[in-house]
Amino acid sequence: MTESLLSVRDPLLSVRDLRVSYQVGRNFVHAVDGASFDVPKGSITGLVGESGCGKTTIARALTRVMADNASISGGQILFDGKDLAKIPEREMNALRWRDIAFVPQSAMNSLDPVYTVEYQLGEVLRRRGGLDRRQARARCEELFEMVGIDPGRLTDYPHQFSGGMRQRVAIALALALNPKLIIADEPVTALDVIVQRQILDQLKELQERLGLSVILVTHDISVVAYICDRTVVMYAGKVAESGTMQATLTAPSHPYSMGLRNAFPDLQSAAAGILTPIEGAPPNLANPPAGCRFKQRCPFALDLCGAEPPVIEVAPGHPVLCHRAKESAALRIDAARTETWMASA
Amino acid sequence: MPEIAVPTMARSRRANIFARMFRALKLPTNDPFAVAGLLIYLVFIITAIFADSIATHDPNEILYTPAYDLAADLRPGQEGFVMGTTSLGRDVFSQLVYGSRSALLIGITAAFMVALIGSVIGLVAGYFGRWVDTVLMRLADIAFGIPFLPFVIVLAAFLKPSIWNVVIAMALVLWRDTARVIRSQVLTLRSRGYVEAARVAGSSHFKIILRHIAPNILPLSFLYGSIAIGWAILTEASISFLGFGDPDSISWGYMLQDAFASQALAKQAYYWFVPPGVCIILVVSAGFFITRGYENLLFPKLGR
Amino acid sequence: MNMMMGKATRKTEVLISIHEARLHYAVGGAFAAMRGKSTVVKAVDGVTFDIRRSESVGLLGESGCGKTSMGRLLLKLEDTTDGTIHFDGEELTKIQRKRLKEFRTRAQLIFQNPFDAVNPRFTIRQTLSEPLENAGIKRSEREARIIAALELVRLPEPAQFLDRYPHQLSGGQLQRVVMARALILQPEFVVADEPVSMLDVSVRAGVLNVFRDVRDRLGLTAIYISHDLALVRYVCERTIVMYLGRIMEDGPTEDIVHQPLHPYTKALVAAVPVPNPDQSHDPLPIGRGAPDPRNPPSGCVFRDRCPQAFERCAAEVPQPRPVGTRSVACHLF
Repeated sequence: MTESLLSVRDPLLSVRDLRVSYQVGRNFVHAVDGASFDVPKGSITGLVGESGCGKTTIARALTRVMADNASISGGQILFDGKDLAKIPEREMNALRWRDIAFVPQSAMNSLDPVYTVEYQLGEVLRRRGGLDRRQARARCEELFEMVGIDPGRLTDYPHQFSGGMRQRVAIALALALNPKLIIADEPVTALDVIVQRQILDQLKELQERLGLSVILVTHDISVVAYICDRTVVMYAGKVAESGTMQATLTAPSHPYSMGLRNAFPDLQSAAAGILTPIEGAPPNLANPPAGCRFKQRCPFALDLCGAEPPVIEVAPGHPVLCHRAKESAALRIDAARTETWMASA
Repeated sequence: MPEIAVPTMARSRRANIFARMFRALKLPTNDPFAVAGLLIYLVFIITAIFADSIATHDPNEILYTPAYDLAADLRPGQEGFVMGTTSLGRDVFSQLVYGSRSALLIGITAAFMVALIGSVIGLVAGYFGRWVDTVLMRLADIAFGIPFLPFVIVLAAFLKPSIWNVVIAMALVLWRDTARVIRSQVLTLRSRGYVEAARVAGSSHFKIILRHIAPNILPLSFLYGSIAIGWAILTEASISFLGFGDPDSISWGYMLQDAFASQALAKQAYYWFVPPGVCIILVVSAGFFITRGYENLLFPKLGR
Repeated sequence: MNMMMGKATRKTEVLISIHEARLHYAVGGAFAAMRGKSTVVKAVDGVTFDIRRSESVGLLGESGCGKTSMGRLLLKLEDTTDGTIHFDGEELTKIQRKRLKEFRTRAQLIFQNPFDAVNPRFTIRQTLSEPLENAGIKRSEREARIIAALELVRLPEPAQFLDRYPHQLSGGQLQRVVMARALILQPEFVVADEPVSMLDVSVRAGVLNVFRDVRDRLGLTAIYISHDLALVRYVCERTIVMYLGRIMEDGPTEDIVHQPLHPYTKALVAAVPVPNPDQSHDPLPIGRGAPDPRNPPSGCVFRDRCPQAFERCAAEVPQPRPVGTRSVACHLF
C-alpha cells in the first residue's frame, strides 16, 4: 500500500499496516490485521465498526495498554517522530497522559471508588504533571469548569455522580496534562440520548477550543455523523474504508459501509421506512477466510473476491478495501434497496 | 467427600437435576496442593472403610504378651505391636486406624450439616429477601456471637458425652459463615436476567431455586463444607483432649488425651502421641489444601 | 371505568387499563428510616393510560424515568403501591395463584441483554423448554413447539441450535432465542425492554424487523421500552413519554416525531442522533444534569430543566390535557 493513497497532510498520528494479535491457547487471533490510517491535527476521527472488528484493540494498541495476551506483531504507529509500536515501555509511559490520553467506555473503571475525585485528579497533576498542591487545586477547578461540572463537586466520590457526570469527570481526567491526542473508547454508548448529546457537544467544544485531536471509537454512525471530521470504517480486523466523514457517510464506497447506513433508523426521514440488516455475522478471526473478509455477507461478492482485495482510492484521501471499489457509485444505488440485502442471506 | 457422592448420585432416578448439579461441581485437579489433599483424603477414607481388616487388634481390648504379662508401654516392634502399646496395654496402631474412622465420620457429617444448613438458609434468605432475610440474618448474627468451643463444652455437659456433640454444635453454630456467603451470592444471582425470565415463564420459586440458583452456589457450599471438615476434626480433638469426649469411642483426640493423662511425654513414648497428632495435621491441612483448590476454581484471579 | 367493562364483556377493546398506578419504594434501609433519613423513590407516580388490543406502545424516556418499572408492573413482576392495573378486566394485584399461572402464559417479557437473559448452563432446548414445562405441554410436543418458535423469529436452520449453549451463539441469534422464549406460549401481550440496545448495529435491524413481523402476524399487544425515539418510531404507532415516574406526553408516534409539544419531548426528539452529516448542532432545549428520582422538584417534575418554566410550574402538578390527537401534561397547554 503506497503512502500517497492515505496520507493526510501533516498528520498527528499515522498508523501503518498495524497488526495486533491475541494469543489464545496455542493459536493467535489477529484482531487487527494490517490497518492503516491517519489522524490529522485538530480533528475528530471516528473509528467505527461492530464488536470484534478490532476498533477497541487499535485504541488500546495506540496507548500500548493492552491485555496480557495481546501484542503488536507488526506495523508502525507514528506519532511526533516516534514509532509507538517500537519505543521502549519507559518512553511510552512518559507519553501516556501527557501526550496521549484515554477516556474509557465506563468512567467508573478509571475512578477509584474510595477516593474523592479531587484526590484522584490532583494525584495525576502532582505526580505526573509536577504541580504543587495549590496549583493542582486550581487546575482541578479549571478542569471541572471546562467539562461543565460545578467545581464544588470536586470533593465528591465517584458514586455520587450520575453516568453522564462521570463521563465528564473521565474527560477532565484525560485533559489533565494537556494532551495532544485523546482516545475515547465508546464514551457515550452507555448513556441516554440527551446526556449523550450533551457530552458530545462538550467534547466537540473542547476539541475546537484546545485544538485537540480525538480518536472516537464507536459502533454508532450517527455519533460519527454528529461530531467526526473523518471516518475509519473497520471490518474484521481490517480498515474497510477511510475518508472524510461527509464522503464516507453520503457516498459510502465499501459495501459494508453501505449496509451499515441502511441498518440505521433516521428520525429526520419523513416516514419510519424499512431498516435493512446485514445478515450473517463477521468471520471468526482465529481462522479468517481467504480474500475479502466481507464476502460471505456481501450482496455484491464475485468470484474475484476470493483474492485479497486491493486498496483503491475512490477519491483523493478516500481509500477503499474492495475489488469493486471503482463501481461503488453503481453499487450504492443497488445497496439502497432492501431486496439487494435479502438475496445475499 | 465429593468423590464418594458423584457416582451414587448421578445414577439416581432424578439424574437430570442431580447430574446438572454435579456438573457444576468440578474437582480442583489443576492445583498440585489440592491433588495432594485429595490423595491424603483418599488414603484416610480407605483406612476408615477397611479399618476392620487393617487394624491388627481391637482398639479397646487390653492386650497381653504371650507370656501373659500386661502389654503395657511396649515400644514399636516389641512383641509384634507395630506402633507399640499404651499404658493400659492397648494397640496404638489399631487405635490410630480406628481413629481415622471417627475423624472422618465427624468431619464429613459436620461438613454436610454445615454446608446443607448454611446453603439452605443462605438460599432462602437471599432469594426471598425482605423479612425472611432479616429474620434469618439476625439469627446468623446471634450465631456469630456464640463462642464456639465453650458452646461445645456446655453442650457436652448437657448431653451425654459423644462425638456427635461436636457435629450438633457445628451444625448449630457454624452454618452462619456458609449462610452469609451464599446469601450474598444468591443476591447477585437473583438479579440476573434469566432468573427473572424464569419467573415470567411461570416457574415456581422452588423450581427457580433448584434449577437456576442452586447449581451456581454448589461449589461454594462444597468450599465451606471442606473447611468444616478440618474444623470438626480439630474441635473433636480439642474436646476429647480436654476430657469432654466420649470415653468409649476411639478418636485421635482421645488418644492424645490418654497419652497426656498417662504422662507419655515423661516416658518419652513419642510413638504414642506423635502419630495421632500427625494424622490430625495431615487431614486438617488436606482439607485446607482442597479448599485452596476450590478457591482457585471459584475465584480464579485471587491466587495467582 | 374498566371495572365495569372487564367482567361483562371479555373481549374488551381495551386489553390493559392503568389507573393512577404508583410504585414507590424506600431506599436507605431500616437504619436510615429510624433517623428519619430514608427517602421514598417514586419510580412510577400516578400513571394512567389504556392499551388497546393489538396496539404497540413505546415507553420513551431517560434512565430513571420509570419506564422499566412500568413494564415490570404490567407483567406483575412488581405490585403497585397504589392505583390499579387491569389486564383483560382482571386486577393484577388481586390475581389468584392459579390465574397467575395463566397470566404468565399470556404476558411475556423480552429482555435487554440476551446474554444475561438466558442461563449460561442451559442449552437452547432447555431454555425454551422451561415455559412449555410450566404450561404443562407434553414432552413429546415440546420439540415441535420449540422449532416452530425459532422459525417464527427467523433463526435459520433452528434444529442445529437446540443443543448449543448460549456462549456459542452471536448476540443477534441469542436475542432471537430470547424472543422465541417469550413467544413460545403464544402470549397476547409482550413487553420488550430495550431489546436491541446491546446488539451490534448491523444485526439490530434484523431483530427489529422480526419483532414487527411477529407482532403483526400474531396480533400482539406490545410495549416497547426505549430511550431512543428512532427505534420506538420503527416499531410503535403510539408513544408515551415519561419523566421521573410521570407521563409527559402521550400520542401517535408520527405526530410526536414531527411536532413534539411538551418541552421535554422537544429535547428528546432533538437529541436523537441521526446518521446524516447535515443536522442541527444547536444546543438542546433542556437544562443540564440528570433527573434525580430521590429528590424530584415540586409541581412539574421537569421544571428544573425546562427552558419554558414559569411560576405556576413550581406550584402545581400539571395534569394531562387532551391537545388534538394527544394528551400533554404541561401548563403551557
